Amino acid sequence: MSDHPGKISRRTFMRGTATVAAGVAVIGAPTEAGAQDLAPSRFSSSVTVRFEINGVDHVLDVEPRTTLLDAVRERLQLTGTKKGCNRGECGACTVLMDDRRVNSCLILAASTDGRKITTIEGLADGPVLHPVQQAFIDHDAFQCGFCTSGQIMSAVGCIAEGHAGSNAEIREWMSGNLCRCSAYPQIAAAVEAAAGEIV
Amino acid sequence: MRNFSYAQATSRADAIALLQQPETMSIAGGTELLNWKRIGIVEPARVVDITGIPDMEGVEALPNGGVRIGALTKLNDVAQHALIRDAYPVFSQAILKAASAQIRNLATIGGNPLQRVRCAYFRAEEPTPCNKRVAGSGCSAVAGIHDKHAIFGWTEDCVAVHPADPPVALAALDAAYVIENAKGVRRVPVQDIHVMPSENPAWHNILGNGDLITAIEIGAAATTSAYLKIRERESFEYATVSAAVALDLDGDVIRRARIALGSVAMRPWRLNATEQQLVGQRIGSSEAVAAVDAGFVDARPLSSNAYKITIARNATLRAIELAARAA
Amino acid sequence: MSNLGEPVPRSDGKIKVNGSARFAADQSLPGQLHAVFVSSTIPAGRVANIDTGLALGLPGVVRVLVAGDLPPLHADFNETMVPPLATKSIPMQSDEILHEGQPIAIVLAETLEAAEAGARAVRATYAPAPYINPEAAAPDAVDPERGGYSYLDASEFLKGDPEAAMTSAAHVVQAEYAQPTRHANPMEPSAILASWSGDNLTVYDSVQHLPAVQANLAATFGLERAAVRVISPHTGGGFGVKGYVWPHELLAAMAARVMRRPVKLVLTRRDMYGMVGTQPRVTQEIRLGADSTGKLVSMTHVVSNVTGLTEDYIEFATVPSRSFYACDNISNLQLVRRGNMTLPTYMRSPAEGPGSWALGSAMDELARAVGMDPIDLRLASYAEVDPVSGDPWSSKKLREAYALGSERFGWRSRPAGGTLDGHWRIGCGMADCSQGVTRFGSTVRVLLKADGTARFESSLCDVGQGPATIFAQVVGEILGLSPDRVHAVTGDTNLPPAGPTYGSATTISTGTALHQAATAVRDRLARLCGWPVAEIAMRGGSIVRGTESRTIEAVLSEAGVSELSGDGALEIENYADAGLPGFPARSFGAIFVEVGVDPELGLLRLRRATGAYSVGRILNARTARSQMIGGIVWGWGQAAMEASHFEPSLGRWHAKDLANVVLPVNADIPPEIDIAFVDEFDPNAGPLGVRSVGTMAATGVAAAVANAVYDAIGIRVRELPITPDKLVQG
Ligand SMILES: Cc1cc2nc3c(=O)[nH]c(=O)nc-3n(C[C@H](O)[C@H](O)[C@H](O)COP(=O)(O)OP(=O)(O)OC[C@H]3O[C@@H](n4cnc5c(N)ncnc54)[C@H](O)[C@@H]3O)c2cc1C
Ligand code: SF4
Ligand code: FES
Ligand code: FES
Repeated sequence: MSDHPGKISRRTFMRGTATVAAGVAVIGAPTEAGAQDLAPSRFSSSVTVRFEINGVDHVLDVEPRTTLLDAVRERLQLTGTKKGCNRGECGACTVLMDDRRVNSCLILAASTDGRKITTIEGLADGPVLHPVQQAFIDHDAFQCGFCTSGQIMSAVGCIAEGHAGSNAEIREWMSGNLCRCSAYPQIAAAVEAAAGEIV
Repeated sequence: MRNFSYAQATSRADAIALLQQPETMSIAGGTELLNWKRIGIVEPARVVDITGIPDMEGVEALPNGGVRIGALTKLNDVAQHALIRDAYPVFSQAILKAASAQIRNLATIGGNPLQRVRCAYFRAEEPTPCNKRVAGSGCSAVAGIHDKHAIFGWTEDCVAVHPADPPVALAALDAAYVIENAKGVRRVPVQDIHVMPSENPAWHNILGNGDLITAIEIGAAATTSAYLKIRERESFEYATVSAAVALDLDGDVIRRARIALGSVAMRPWRLNATEQQLVGQRIGSSEAVAAVDAGFVDARPLSSNAYKITIARNATLRAIELAARAA
Repeated sequence: MSNLGEPVPRSDGKIKVNGSARFAADQSLPGQLHAVFVSSTIPAGRVANIDTGLALGLPGVVRVLVAGDLPPLHADFNETMVPPLATKSIPMQSDEILHEGQPIAIVLAETLEAAEAGARAVRATYAPAPYINPEAAAPDAVDPERGGYSYLDASEFLKGDPEAAMTSAAHVVQAEYAQPTRHANPMEPSAILASWSGDNLTVYDSVQHLPAVQANLAATFGLERAAVRVISPHTGGGFGVKGYVWPHELLAAMAARVMRRPVKLVLTRRDMYGMVGTQPRVTQEIRLGADSTGKLVSMTHVVSNVTGLTEDYIEFATVPSRSFYACDNISNLQLVRRGNMTLPTYMRSPAEGPGSWALGSAMDELARAVGMDPIDLRLASYAEVDPVSGDPWSSKKLREAYALGSERFGWRSRPAGGTLDGHWRIGCGMADCSQGVTRFGSTVRVLLKADGTARFESSLCDVGQGPATIFAQVVGEILGLSPDRVHAVTGDTNLPPAGPTYGSATTISTGTALHQAATAVRDRLARLCGWPVAEIAMRGGSIVRGTESRTIEAVLSEAGVSELSGDGALEIENYADAGLPGFPARSFGAIFVEVGVDPELGLLRLRRATGAYSVGRILNARTARSQMIGGIVWGWGQAAMEASHFEPSLGRWHAKDLANVVLPVNADIPPEIDIAFVDEFDPNAGPLGVRSVGTMAATGVAAAVANAVYDAIGIRVRELPITPDKLVQG
């Protein structure tokens, strides 16, 4: 039935390495046996994924169609990650996957085996807020707060990527996160301030 | 969405074989496929995850001076790779003006040209006459809302434009896709994978089941190049019109110009007549302007998008100026 | 020292930045079913047949409810009022279809995925009827029998003899202005989790006014109000579309009733286009007549907006022409165009939002015709009193706002229109911002505890405007506590009922009740001490009389009292009013923008903006500033991009997502958004001296932008949004 999870982990581990060293080289040949079972039985209708969310290992059986967003919200009850559009168009669902910001509504949970996921709930260090979280409070960078988890995760990614060099750069690189309360100038200011603190 | 069963391909051959199953599609970044399934554009019974295939990610220099980009490389990683950023500014810019930062961390460069039209009739969840949704059902846009639709190469059967940005730059760079299937490997010029409505209004591209884009190859560096994207809002929006320009200059005299427009037709639209007439002309000269106008002789507006012709023409002129400034 | 006016950080800051604030869709209950709607794909007719076989065969799908499966509306429902009920036409009570997107079936499943797949698998067939495109319908007079929206303001207004005055005017401008339908698209789609326990209903809902939901759900099932509990501590933006009670809320509760299991319904983004209201398409004909000095002598304003077939929603865009300027001759007329569409609703900013776009543009056209600076033109017709009633304003410092804004923006020394910056042509424009004040009945309880902390209780919902933060400041001010010692307990109908969080009415309404409640507590404390109320002051957690001082803790523990409570109420006849009787209240201001236009490429970009406002006292400089910035960005969206197009042959919204419908993004908004408030205390607006803040910031902006575009390139755009097709030049 299900593909052997061990195989998947090894591949994803390699891919993870390639991602971090993005663009350095095309990664090497597979180490696995070339001969595969090509029968339809390779396809499974339930997938077991082992991933780390906010530092905790989880094993989850998911339907292939379940998105990472629905898995964290409905299965793991990590409801800080929001669904604003379910289409990649708003950024409310932004999380970090292997430390890169991504839209969790565009990811199949089945494909996250071996990954490290960080959601808004995993950002603070115990009671101490992450500098980006604190900056959002200090700059009044939200009103209703619904887009805020996504904004903050996106901002963490933005700073880590090195795209918080100026207010203009921040605004461009934070444009994947809509805020209908329109706290944009305060968001940009918060990211600018947090970037200064983190670097 | 309809449930499906899932497998992860371990090699190109494995993927190609798995894709032979009926009702099977591949998934890379998933940024298109998941939305298609949600809307009901496709409902595959099986999905093959190709992101674990080795040898398909990364950017490497080719011995002849060009580069080869693995199809699974994420958009952000392509655009910010030193080999791309420095040698092909037009391509790097086109990528970074596509979608959003977080989508570009998921979306692959090989999946990007395979995205489908953004025509709102095509993207509707409600049953709507659209030849690209149901072949032969008609085109709602031709007599409907089409202010962002085609000005080149459309027919009554489909007036949509291909919305992708990176392929516009690639077209101007004469890049090719490396496509592999059970029969072997072939190289296809970038603009040739798209299907024009006159060829088949129901189709987007020539890829068949089991055709895998494994890489993109670009020739010699094109540092004197630029990408200009026109849109209502400043970021995170598809182009109303875009222009990719790569120049060879001798001082301010154009030795060679390569120009492709985006979001004006069902494929990146090379301005061949313009390119020929620009040879030997000075940047900013009235001859250069006339040369650009020559590229629009066969532009044909729909009832409410003539403004796009003006913008496309002006954007071409502006992109030439930007490219020349990059020299 | 007073903490009022201080930029106190939001009290809910921490839970909003760490993801622990639970919105309606974040709630789950054991045994819950996920609900997904199947909605009509035709705009008019009947449902002929619904085939649920395929859907029911899918794993996880438990039931597909169709019209006949739902309980009928109880007789009490006939007594409900529209508004606050958004519409009386509740889907799935018959097979009739009144608009595309109307729910026709509810799929209930064990998982969200199964419910979504089930909804796709339901096959409906229809008996279509000819449909009416509201945008093409002929304008008709407002029918007061169609719902209660017409009672909210005047559909006709006449003062003096505008026709005669127009003929004698030295300058006349006349034009038609249009704006498209716009969807609010709050980032949080509406969501509700309904569960029954016997005949008691509890809903977690995403709303701006809890008691309205409670009353209407009670009427739906013929229950006492007390049998319905609505919980809504956080709402992810409403902008009006969560203000009234929409049918999906009733349907979710009905589904839970039938299934005897909790039902969780989260509208999809697409549902947000068909199941809740929009700001309707509005067309406006304006004529302005001025004498040779530029003083207005005549104004006529005819407005028509699209609406649904069942109720006449009226977008009172004529309000500005009878309240912004002094003029002896004014006529206003509101018309509607009815068709098969979801009923429109009040959306940020209603009435004055659309109205100020047209009037603010027309005033600019007049200023150019007369050859006057637009500020001077406005000063020539400065309304010292309310032009409708002739009564004095509660307070109005618009002159000061003009001066402040013009000074900060550098209006009088602005660059000449069309000045080049690279390929950009620069233009500047200004317009008036204004919004009438609305007050709603509200109650609050304040409790002072023996540990020297206080709490206030009210059903109010903080949608982001910050009332929970501001009210803690107010209570702190009256009881001499720092705001972080005052806790808000809100968002539950088990608490004293509050008025709605819309119309910028919260601070003036609930705030007034709160002031009363906190004052009552203070007075009780004084009495416990045996000190005359008039002689005490509250400071630093103590009650002070002359040189004597006692801590709150000491007073309460000595008296053996664990807490002191006080109730406050703002009582309003007829549900809502426009300020203290005899003192029409309105917030005022001016918006100045500088734009860049690239006419070759059709591009329009905001370069900077200054808003200067006369709104009464500012209780929290930080949240008020955020409100104003938010409003300006809304205005920018209205001006430059937002539109929902009605597809004429399909009878539905052309796009129902956030990709083919564009809203501003971060890159659109420069950091140079400058906000200033005139120092003001409005003694006639209530004990806090505040009028209203948020909604008015979105007024005037579209006009200022259109005026700036004209300044930049000499093109007068009279149809929003100002997109590349309207700007591009050969
Ligand atoms: C909100 C939003 C905004 C966007 N804005 C832009 C924009 O401005 N400009 C722009 O250019 N793009 C834009 N995009 C599109 C985005 O860039 C594409 O969705 C993305 O590049 C597709 O790549 P993917 O890997 O995610 O494809 P997938 O979704 O994984 O796949 C798409 C299709 O391609 C096939 N496929 C994928 N890879 C291969 C391969 N190597 N060989 C053969 N078949 C393959 C899949 O089978 C599938 O049929 C936007 C997307 C979204 C959601
Ligand atoms: S333009 Fe093409 S995609 Fe759009 S409705 Fe017509 S056929 Fe469909
Ligand atoms: S919910 Fe994922 S981008 Fe909107
Ligand atoms: S804070 Fe409300 S949407 Fe951003």
